Amino acid sequence: MDYAIEARGLRKRFGDTHALDGVDLAARTGSVLGVLGPNGAGKTTAVRILATLLQADAGTAFVAGRDVAAEPGRVREAIGLTGQYAAVDELLTGRQNLVLIGRLLDLGGRAARRRAQELLEWFDLLDAADRPAKTYSGGMRRRLDLAASLVGRPAVVFLDEPTTGLDPTKREEMWGVVRALVRDGSTVLLTTQYLDEADALADEITVIDHGRVIAHDTPDGLKRVVGGQTLTVRPADPSRLAETSAIVGELARAPVDSPTRGTISVPVAGDELLAEAVTRIADAGIAVTELSLRLPSLDEVFFTLTGRPTANEPEEVLA
Amino acid sequence: MIRLARHSLALAQRNLIGVVRNPEALIDVTLQPIIFIALFTFVFGGAIAHGSQHDYLQFLLPGILAQTIAFGGVAIGVNLNTDIEKGVFDRFRSLPIARAAPLVGAVLGDVVRYVLLCVVTIGFGMVLGFRAGTGLLEVLAACALAISFALCLCWASVFVGMIARTPGAVQGILVLALFPLTFGTSTFVPASTLPDWLQTVTKLNPLTHLVGALRGLMLGGPVGNDVLWTLGWMGVLLAVFVPLALRAYRRRA
Repeated sequence: MDYAIEARGLRKRFGDTHALDGVDLAARTGSVLGVLGPNGAGKTTAVRILATLLQADAGTAFVAGRDVAAEPGRVREAIGLTGQYAAVDELLTGRQNLVLIGRLLDLGGRAARRRAQELLEWFDLLDAADRPAKTYSGGMRRRLDLAASLVGRPAVVFLDEPTTGLDPTKREEMWGVVRALVRDGSTVLLTTQYLDEADALADEITVIDHGRVIAHDTPDGLKRVVGGQTLTVRPADPSRLAETSAIVGELARAPVDSPTRGTISVPVAGDELLAEAVTRIADAGIAVTELSLRLPSLDEVFFTLTGRPTANEPEEVLA
Repeated sequence: MIRLARHSLALAQRNLIGVVRNPEALIDVTLQPIIFIALFTFVFGGAIAHGSQHDYLQFLLPGILAQTIAFGGVAIGVNLNTDIEKGVFDRFRSLPIARAAPLVGAVLGDVVRYVLLCVVTIGFGMVLGFRAGTGLLEVLAACALAISFALCLCWASVFVGMIARTPGAVQGILVLALFPLTFGTSTFVPASTLPDWLQTVTKLNPLTHLVGALRGLMLGGPVGNDVLWTLGWMGVLLAVFVPLALRAYRRRA
């Protein structure tokens, strides 16, 4: 089996809204597929169809080799789902949440408890294991939710915006978990609103907007289309903007955008330029208040791909 | 079937842990019957039963048991709706478990609440002077009948919990339906004092028959007819609302 996830022509309508308007998705077994798009693009709807929570109006979808419409029970045996909202029972402790899932998966009492213990250790929740989940912080809930989706060691894991609302450290932790899952042989479908997240984790990225696929490529391929990284510098003293601009322009061998609001931005080819830029600017005795290297934001990606800004739409219809 | 039972029990246990952790969720099956018994006995007792609050308490208690156990079913619909809203049900539905298990588990967990309600209602009634005119067996049979009836009626609550948009709406719809059903009958006054048209409605109201059966079992007197009517209504409630609830659950996405 080449593809752990393979969907063709998925369509779904809610009233007058075409949540999905013919979406194709494919993830090779053991890879990470990043599904990138703004709120309301249809990401969650696609995940819900693939996870058997929702039936598509048209199109076919196979997960772990099973047709989600014809054999939803077999699909459920192979998947783990972590939603956008941490779906843990707040009144149960972290451990009880995990043991419950284990029992529902027919692990048997002892095996369910052992698996819960393993996951609590892995997700650094041992100290809080026997406290009700309602006392957990947002990041802990996310970890517990993710742990709950992994109780049955699923071959295919769906992560619907797993890092939305998490602070940068917690995001890095979550990324570590995704990499560990793939190392263990799982296939991961990850939805996200951040290009840097998709870039950091995904083997291939599908960009969707208004229920349609507008791009599908590897991260590098996508970055070639939408532009690579941008170096941004803000000198502390605005009178030194021109000087800074010259240094950065020479480094990047690219025309520098005319400074806006005291910052200079220039497209750069690779990470190594950042260190170089730091040294040169320091050598010139220019103090800076901002110096960063970043990938294009989702807005910029969409502007490049569609020629118009993202209309970040109201939350997708979940009910 | 065995899978359904096993998964339902695991989920019923989840609901019970929730009850223990969140005792205020038991107010409707503990404080509510106490307040209703006290209010009706002392406020209306004198006026209704020609001055004898004790006589009125005897008449009232089986009615309160039927009424509060019917209202006790509201919580399950509200809780299930909350579970859906929070995404807890998405997790269950993405697992390879018996489809109906989350609903059946919730209903099974409710048994404990109803037992508690019977104990509190009869216990507090006895504190105020209620005495059964029959034996322990009959009183236990009355409790069993009330609990069984509640387990059937609560499927209507489960159904509303599946179709309503918010937990608040579930509560609103159910309370609106239960008020006429539980007050517009023989719960608080003899049916013979009601206007003719209401008496006609009362004959069809399942609560009338439950109240009649409970009075017969707890105070003495004929019970057969009302018990049969109640069992019949229980069958109807199950036949109508279990399929509706399961269908709504499958469709709720």
